[in-house]
Amino acid sequence: MEITLTHYLVLSTILFSIGLIGVMRRKNLLMLFFATEILLNSVNVALVAISHYYGDFTGQMFAFFIIAIAASEVAIGLGLLVLWFKQYNTIDLDNMKSMKG
Amino acid sequence: MFEAIAFYLFSFLTIVMFWITVTTKHSLYALTALAAGMIFISAFFFILGADFMGVVQIIVYSGAVMALYAFGMMFFDTTRELKEKPTKTRLVPILGALAALLVVLMVIAPVVGENITAHYPIDVAIGNSQAIGMVLFTKYLVPFELAAVMLLVAMIGGIVLAGKMMDEDYSSLSEEQIDEKEGAVS
Repeated sequence: MEITLTHYLVLSTILFSIGLIGVMRRKNLLMLFFATEILLNSVNVALVAISHYYGDFTGQMFAFFIIAIAASEVAIGLGLLVLWFKQYNTIDLDNMKSMKG
Repeated sequence: MFEAIAFYLFSFLTIVMFWITVTTKHSLYALTALAAGMIFISAFFFILGADFMGVVQIIVYSGAVMALYAFGMMFFDTTRELKEKPTKTRLVPILGALAALLVVLMVIAPVVGENITAHYPIDVAIGNSQAIGMVLFTKYLVPFELAAVMLLVAMIGGIVLAGKMMDEDYSSLSEEQIDEKEGAVS
């Protein structure tokens, strides 16, 4: 019973689907951020698995940069979220329909 | 054999943790489950021999990102249950299945082509961290520097966005003074 690349790709797809379900059914913006993290992590698993099974470092490099991008996304996103919460006292997605500013 | 056991165990744990993150009504449960899922993800990296990525996953995700979320959640009211209106349409599962199918196709497409050769082959003689450093600081030096600049910009942006009105020490004020300040602000 050997674990092949397909096992990892299927796992990554399952995790990606969970993240997509989260993005589509969540209304709280913080929870939406969590779902985004799940999406990024599932892609990382696929990249590192491909890197291992093809003996190539490129996948690990890309996973590394994805982690850096995720970190900066969290910093900026949480800053904007805190700003929005101070002004409107809610982080619900349905309250953001108007573009009044 | 042990690899298979570890793979299935950590797959199960990761899927359960992320499912809890996506479905739970308490944001604190979601945060904790997400942190646990991140650590279980790093187990895959260790199984795959990518030691450096596993360590970075634990330090950056479970350490920095989760701590940032925990600090962010102090601003929001996290103790009460999330009141989310469920999406009524049947569209969500259909769209989810379609998107998952698309992802499978995207992932399978390059794997079907068998004529893939390694640009930067993994050398088993030197350790993973050392080899990553060698590739990172030669072939990927410019993206690395760009990522560093991007992280700096993100840090400054986060401070500027969230750091307004933080120069006042609320903990040393009395209740009346805080009420006064809050009234003046809003």
